[in-house]
Amino acid sequence: MDFIFYFGEVFTFTSMLLLIGGTIGGLIMGATPGLSPTMTVALLIPFTFNMTPVHGLILLGAAYTSTVAGGAVSAILLKIPGAPANIATTLDGNAMARKGEGAKALQLSFIASLIGGIFGVFLLIFLTPVLAKMANSFGYSHTFWLAIIGVTVIGSLEAGSVVKGLLSGCIGMWLATIGFDDIQGVKRFVFHPAIAGGVNIIPALIGLFAIPQVITMFAKGRFQNDIEQIQVKKHPIAKAFQEVFSRKRALIIGTSIGSLIGLIPGVGGQIAGLLAYDQAKKFSPEKKKFGTGHSEGVIAAESANNAMVGPSLVPLLTLSIPGSPTAAVLLGGLIIHGIFPGPTLFQQYPEVIWPFINSMLIGQILMCIFGIYIASLAARVAQVPQFIMAAIVLGLAAFGSFAVQQSMGDVYVMVVLGTMMYFLERFGFSAAPLVLGLILGPIAESNFVTGSLISTAQNGPFVYFFTGGLNILLVSIVILSVGFSIWSEINTKRQS
Amino acid sequence: MNIFQHKLSSGFVAGLAFIVCYISFTRQPSDAYLFPRVISVFFLTLSLWTFFKALLGLSKAGNGLTLNMFRNMLPGMLISSIYLFFAAKFLGFYTATAIAFFLLLTAYDPESYSSVNSWVKRIIITACFIAIMYTLFAKILVVYTPRGMFI
Repeated sequence: MDFIFYFGEVFTFTSMLLLIGGTIGGLIMGATPGLSPTMTVALLIPFTFNMTPVHGLILLGAAYTSTVAGGAVSAILLKIPGAPANIATTLDGNAMARKGEGAKALQLSFIASLIGGIFGVFLLIFLTPVLAKMANSFGYSHTFWLAIIGVTVIGSLEAGSVVKGLLSGCIGMWLATIGFDDIQGVKRFVFHPAIAGGVNIIPALIGLFAIPQVITMFAKGRFQNDIEQIQVKKHPIAKAFQEVFSRKRALIIGTSIGSLIGLIPGVGGQIAGLLAYDQAKKFSPEKKKFGTGHSEGVIAAESANNAMVGPSLVPLLTLSIPGSPTAAVLLGGLIIHGIFPGPTLFQQYPEVIWPFINSMLIGQILMCIFGIYIASLAARVAQVPQFIMAAIVLGLAAFGSFAVQQSMGDVYVMVVLGTMMYFLERFGFSAAPLVLGLILGPIAESNFVTGSLISTAQNGPFVYFFTGGLNILLVSIVILSVGFSIWSEINTKRQS
Repeated sequence: MNIFQHKLSSGFVAGLAFIVCYISFTRQPSDAYLFPRVISVFFLTLSLWTFFKALLGLSKAGNGLTLNMFRNMLPGMLISSIYLFFAAKFLGFYTATAIAFFLLLTAYDPESYSSVNSWVKRIIITACFIAIMYTLFAKILVVYTPRGMFI
């Protein structure tokens, strides 16, 4: 119950201002197709440099929470999901809007997001300290394997092919070794002075997530946005609350599936939304109504994708393993403020972490309130032509990368990595495992090297890294996750 | 359509993996390259697997690039490269951003170039964007960006 003692920090003027600003900004960015939650959080990190760690994290947390929910606005009113997590919302949300129930669909989606989101944050509050206590007993070999799990799980799930996903993870891990080696101080792989100090994580994150989006918008050429926005009519909010609570089945399915999926590193909101939608349909007596503008579809999908947000931070805060690409970017935000997540995080920085988690709880409520009232405005912003959006994102990416160390080298790193990522993505590679490799690489290396040194004085590296119950369990997870992904890829190919 | 493109992209990654592997196993002190050696073995193995798959025409992941897409992105990439690699340093960040932003809007705005209104609109959007960026970065975040020839 420690979190209760830190609520005061959230209710200060600055924290509330950042929370409200982050929520409104996140809702608008989330509603804008092409601006994913991951990219929004990455672009926001440079703005947190001058803030205290608590304030910086409150802003990032608010943006993370609200971008996921904001994506429902364009899914419902424009039939374009703001983020992959909102794909399932489009199915019934837009159909409802076309029937003249746009306001109702928006209200249902934000209320369901609120309930799912609050449940998810409570899971984060209660599970994180328990897992952190367990993780306290981890040795170097276990932490090494956990870092490898982080890369391989996302690598095998995120990319177009398992091998390319794992290859992306390898590229990330190699990028993490550039610069001075921590133990001997030897310069490694420094091909250009811009990377003499290593690849800075923030410009790399901005480049890997923002630049491919910018180039994608360029690739559409002189393209006219012909998006039809459905006008919304008023709908009493009390009735929307009644409707959500009368559809308990969809709400429970969405919330529980979202929470579980959030805990599994790498699976993400898109799968949570689609799986919850599918299960809600299977268990509903009104199966035929799904896809025609049925409220259960919206409730299941939106409660799931927001319930995923809190649990996706559990492995991040306890084991340094981000549960989703956005959580990986948040890890970058923590690191630049000198906070390294891990089992001792809650003992070392309770004054930072608890207000951050509490702010996510308050942020859910603000997200619901502002979401309902500014949805139409957000949908209008979402119609800003893509060429303007591309130029804005490019400018923000350049300024944001430069601001990290006031170095042009970081701008070069951002643009080179981003351009490379765009072309690699076109051929089935993925940014998420690459980012995880880059973030988890140093953790994996330091534990691997220290473990190797210890092992030479004991029974050798094989015994140290591959024996013992926990090591065997972790290695099995690596093998199983890769094996399962290969099996499902072969199965999909056979079926198609 | 994109078999050649698959060969090219996987060939690039395999080449990179080979260089990483070569450096990791030849540079000294070997202790400093212990982890890169482990990584590079996996890196090279997976990249060669991908490359041979591409050579056999079995690589199908991803949508590849069409000539039209490439043609469309070319002006944007050219403007962005000149902006970020040269202009930002020599003209100063704000001047270069303003010029690049305006050029990008001009290159990608679907409205007719003969319309005076569209030119005015682009100038106004550019001015607003630069004003916001200046307020945010120079005044609020106090980031000292290169001023180039304006120093």
